[in-house]
Amino acid sequence: MTAGTAPPALRIAGATKRFGAVVALDAVDLEVAHGEVLALLGDNGAGKSTLIKCVSGVHQFDAGTVEIDGTAVSLGSPADARGAGIETVYQDLALFDNLDPAANFYAGREDAGPRWLPRGLRLLRRRAMSESTAEVLSRLQVGLPDQRAGVGLLSGGQRQAIAVARAAAFASSIVILDEPTAALGLRESRRVLDLILRLRGEGRAVIVVSHAMDHVMEIADRAVVMRRGRKVGEERPTPENQQKIVSLIVGGV
Amino acid sequence: MALSTARPRTAATGPPPTTRARGPRLALALIRTGPLLMLVAVVVTASALSPVFFTTRNLGNVLAQTAVIAILAMAQLLVIITRGIDLSVGSTVALAAVVGALTYEAVPSATLVVLAMLGTGLAVGTVNGVALVWGRLPHPFIVTLATLSVAHGLALWLAGGQPHRGMPDVVQLIGGTSIGWLPYSTLLVAALALLVLLLTTRLVWGRWIYAVGGNPDGARRAAIPVNGVLISVYVLSGLAAGIAAIITAGRLNAGSPTFGELAELDAIAAVVIGGASFLGGRGSVANALVGALMIGVIRNAMNLLNVDAFIQPIVIGVVILIAVELDVIRGALERRFQVMRAVAA
Repeated sequence: MTAGTAPPALRIAGATKRFGAVVALDAVDLEVAHGEVLALLGDNGAGKSTLIKCVSGVHQFDAGTVEIDGTAVSLGSPADARGAGIETVYQDLALFDNLDPAANFYAGREDAGPRWLPRGLRLLRRRAMSESTAEVLSRLQVGLPDQRAGVGLLSGGQRQAIAVARAAAFASSIVILDEPTAALGLRESRRVLDLILRLRGEGRAVIVVSHAMDHVMEIADRAVVMRRGRKVGEERPTPENQQKIVSLIVGGV
Repeated sequence: MALSTARPRTAATGPPPTTRARGPRLALALIRTGPLLMLVAVVVTASALSPVFFTTRNLGNVLAQTAVIAILAMAQLLVIITRGIDLSVGSTVALAAVVGALTYEAVPSATLVVLAMLGTGLAVGTVNGVALVWGRLPHPFIVTLATLSVAHGLALWLAGGQPHRGMPDVVQLIGGTSIGWLPYSTLLVAALALLVLLLTTRLVWGRWIYAVGGNPDGARRAAIPVNGVLISVYVLSGLAAGIAAIITAGRLNAGSPTFGELAELDAIAAVVIGGASFLGGRGSVANALVGALMIGVIRNAMNLLNVDAFIQPIVIGVVILIAVELDVIRGALERRFQVMRAVAA
């Protein structure tokens, strides 16, 4: 490793994924640095979802390499991805409506002991979990009416914020957000965008899949455009470039 | 940052949310204790109508009669929290009791008899869980409906359709005797209740069953061992049926293929009266026990008051409807409460 230039948080090279005869990803290269928001753009079926699902360990690349902070990793399962410091917020948020924020944060990775017991039989450290959850929520300025109520009764924006905060709490390097503002109103979108900027401020690498061009213009440092499984362009999302990005997405001139 | 000024409650929006929401909050608190309140109401009514009801002797009777429902209800609760259902427990009680009685006829060893009954329950539970998960059968209703039938048939076949008399002393002690007026079976129920309380509220496994019931796909993505969790609740439900068989066989000093008839429906009713959600993810041990006691108290009171035995299921049915309706109102209130808070904030 050379001094001075730190390796990117995530580097994907030659990523290829086929579903039968369909080539969903065709030799895609991608890099995201710490403290950077990368927008992943493209029309439906462009391969964005496949790409983030592979990075999250839900699908596996057929070919290509993945490096986290310069170290090659294999992402064979969602647990692998989590272990590598990658957290993903899906569109459906994958929240447990019947559980409180702390239980949602720690679902599947409960803070519990003693360690010699099988995982399921360990005693929950409930206070430690709710304290650290409250700490993360307040650090990211996610205000909730009741820390102990199930998250099912919260508003769409609050639920999105909890899912993003959960990802942020456990992602040591990369947070992937799939359409984080798609289901939200104006004010709630604003809050989630601010939250994403705070993650960037904390040095996380953030990948945002979005159709909302104005949001992309506002928060993204770089935009990668995909079409039919290929990376067709990479632009700085500035107002001057907006028209160019749109034509890359739709495949016009 | 722009948001930091917007987030704290702006001073101009009037009274803090607590004063505005006091009405629904009170109603909500009342309804949340709903099952317990209903039980108290039933007990008070029964005491007023029958002088015998509130005597230690009769209360001991109620507890003894409720022990089996209570144990099956606690296990059924675990299953229902995961969005499942176990219809096979009643038949499993019969099968386990018959196997126990036949074991006792062959080898008069108390340990063996107890192990045979528990083992039978465990076996049926394991079949349920494994068939559901590994056989990828579409719904536990179908799996356990099948094992209900199989266990029922096996019990009849093994027993030759006859009750087999005789149970070891220990089994009779557990199922049929008391310390003063307090039945041994009640102590067993209490111990199991503490255990299930620990499992559901303090252990990682407890979190998992609520997570699996709340969002099965989310649980998978969160790397929760969903299949293992599902199998475990059916195994525990089978084990509970084995314990219930010990109590039933002990009380009647026999093993009979007619034991546990429709007990699965009592257990499900108790869980539902206790406010657990059939959609999964919600329910508590305490409330399931309250539901079981409610059924026991109502039956006992109607017996004392010489109410026609045919009327009893009608009353239980109406109680189920009332309890579930209360739960629906609770849900609506909780949502309204939340909206009021959001508006006030």
